[in-house]
Amino acid sequence: MEHEKICLAHGSGGKLSQELVEQVILPAFGNPLLNELHDGASVNMAGTNVAFTTDSYVVKPLFFAGGNIGKLAVCGTVNDLAMTGAVPRYLSVGLILEEGFLMDDLRKIVESMRLAAKEANVLIVTGDTKVVNKGAADGIFINTAGIGDIISGSHISPKCVKPGCDVIVSGYIGDHATTIMAGRHELVLPATLQSDCAPLNGLVQKMLKAVPQIAALRDPTRGGVAATLNEIAEQSKTGILLQENAIPVRSEVQGVCEILGFDPLYLANEGKMLVFVDAKYTKTLLDVMHQHPYGKDACVIGKVTNESIGQVGLQTNIGGIRIVDMPLGVQIPRIC
Amino acid sequence: MPEHNNETKEMAQFLIREIDRLVTKPVRLMEVCGTHTVAIFRAGIRQLLPPQVDLVSGPGCPVCVTPDEYIDKAVAYARCEDVILTTFGDMLRVPGSTSSLGEVKATGADIRVVYSPLESLTIAAQNPHKKIIFLAVGFETTAPTAAATVLATKKQNLTNLFLLSSHKIVPPALKVLLADPAVNIDGFLLPGHVCAITGERPFDFLPETYHMPAVVAGFEPLEILRTIYRLARQIHDDQPTIENEYKRIVKPDGNPAARQILSEVYEPTDAVWRGIGMIPDSGLRMKEQYSAFDAQVVLPMVTKTIAKKTACRCGEVLRGIIKPTACQLFGKACVPEHPIGACMVSVEGSCAAWYKYGSGRYTYGT
Amino acid sequence: MCLAVPAKIIDKKDQMAVVEVNSIQRQVSLMLLPEAGIGDFVLIHAGFAIQAIDEEEATLTNQLLREMNGSA
Repeated sequence: MEHEKICLAHGSGGKLSQELVEQVILPAFGNPLLNELHDGASVNMAGTNVAFTTDSYVVKPLFFAGGNIGKLAVCGTVNDLAMTGAVPRYLSVGLILEEGFLMDDLRKIVESMRLAAKEANVLIVTGDTKVVNKGAADGIFINTAGIGDIISGSHISPKCVKPGCDVIVSGYIGDHATTIMAGRHELVLPATLQSDCAPLNGLVQKMLKAVPQIAALRDPTRGGVAATLNEIAEQSKTGILLQENAIPVRSEVQGVCEILGFDPLYLANEGKMLVFVDAKYTKTLLDVMHQHPYGKDACVIGKVTNESIGQVGLQTNIGGIRIVDMPLGVQIPRIC
Repeated sequence: MPEHNNETKEMAQFLIREIDRLVTKPVRLMEVCGTHTVAIFRAGIRQLLPPQVDLVSGPGCPVCVTPDEYIDKAVAYARCEDVILTTFGDMLRVPGSTSSLGEVKATGADIRVVYSPLESLTIAAQNPHKKIIFLAVGFETTAPTAAATVLATKKQNLTNLFLLSSHKIVPPALKVLLADPAVNIDGFLLPGHVCAITGERPFDFLPETYHMPAVVAGFEPLEILRTIYRLARQIHDDQPTIENEYKRIVKPDGNPAARQILSEVYEPTDAVWRGIGMIPDSGLRMKEQYSAFDAQVVLPMVTKTIAKKTACRCGEVLRGIIKPTACQLFGKACVPEHPIGACMVSVEGSCAAWYKYGSGRYTYGT
Repeated sequence: MCLAVPAKIIDKKDQMAVVEVNSIQRQVSLMLLPEAGIGDFVLIHAGFAIQAIDEEEATLTNQLLREMNGSA
């Protein structure tokens, strides 16, 4: 690695995050379970298949339209478990608090966590609290870990993704990142636009019950749809071709993207998933998704192919094809 | 709206067929503006064009043509304890001779990305004991916003906001390109947003002096295709002139109010373009009566720029002489995560766009 | 070299205006386009209105820009 120091892009879910994992993390910890590099690991304990995952939350601002860091910390880990085809059961919560943080804000965050856990039907069963000196943290950092049991009959893995699969997205993309970022550049969003932060496990259970043949599920958080599809294309040794006119983007999100020079495909989501399923099950699956509040706008955005292995392409509205690359780092507003 | 999309697609196919019919020998058309480069790649236009029509990227990426010396100065300012540097996001990753602004930021320097130069005013008012330095880069489109920021700073009696200016003007660079026999161009897609300020007149020399077709271009896929169609027609008829395919934005006289504010604060000066060299009267410097806002006058900073020797061929890429793929570093030693030349740094740099959107590495399906 | 986006002026006070792009609002300066008024469509670059657009054309631009599904 040419970088002598950690830079923000190492945490962005893009190429540099990949490099960090491949060059620093895997050489130290690598084992067959970790090497899968899924959102969560599937482990066998005492004869039971268990999904296990962890994630840390450092969002700024802490409170945003549609949620706060607490809701995010519960939903994010619940979703990571759901994406492995598991029913999330138990969470742990680690709070790192900066000296001087408002007790009232902490109460609000904890209350959001309680409500999110209730909706997701998970129990927070263990936890830890640390307080650090003023300046050593940015208000509050939260780590959550979770376990759940794998839904029997399902086999969710990038390796199950084959040419002929459809790529489905569960709804509009980019809402979360747009909500978070807009405030930083004096953009005022309409009240109709808020973070999509939500627990997806309820929807996933219904989907897997109807179509246990689902090949893979992923929630496109950091790095957005582009990063997730690139990972899947690489891990499944397939190509993916998207249709530009099929990708659901709200006009408000498009507006922010036009102003700041962003691409919605690279924006983080916290309540959306990408589904890979053999095209013969697509209709059944969409029917199920459309009946759920978190899947009502689900649609097919592309196909898995056996061309351009490991790459994601996008057919544009005028009929050209361009590559949708792995993002390099976080998007920065640009004028060029 | 699939119906509408079919219409777009059909119109695109029609234009491409017409371009193919009109162009009977190989032609090289230069899109001067980096935003066009990106728009062309994003829409996948390059691969749709008939093989005899080649699009060549020009020097119109302000980040790419900003020399090492400027970045080195900015880095030196950023390292000062009492300085807050404000910059467009585009500049963060540009390598200077020792370091990029992004790297200095990682070591704790206070560098803030702004969408508008006016955000610097707010930062200056909130930090009266700090010196705020705004990195004023860009072409004719952006330079008036910097000039207006200077006037607003003066009006608000703020004394702690300064500009490190490196604005550039497009027409002199095109003259240099045309004077170079190695640069072999048959027509220009003119930068639409530059022309929004300047109007069409500053580009009259293209058909008049150089017998060169030129069309002011918008940024949507169909506008770009219509621009190429008009260029093809001019080439076919051998009647070079200036046409405007972006009339809803570009008025014949541009924006006189913006130009007046620009010339109130700035005056032409010689400027160094990375990869091209010094071009007479191709830059802007702050006039003496505004020197109180000029970082280089008020806070002189001496930096030493170490000339680097690499195999980087950005200079030839910027002049459209070679394609990025002809450089032996492209896609190997030089990639967006570890850029060597400036063309790989900016999102709209020719090399970065060639790399990111696939052309040069592969075309989809192979 | 220059990203710019069409927007509608919905409020104006002295040299500052509030503009709207797909119901996203932001303050921009009218220093470079002093004649612009409420209801006008203008081209926005780096927080400034830099040129006027007529309404019918602006709708068209917005529509076409959206087609690109991104920025340019």
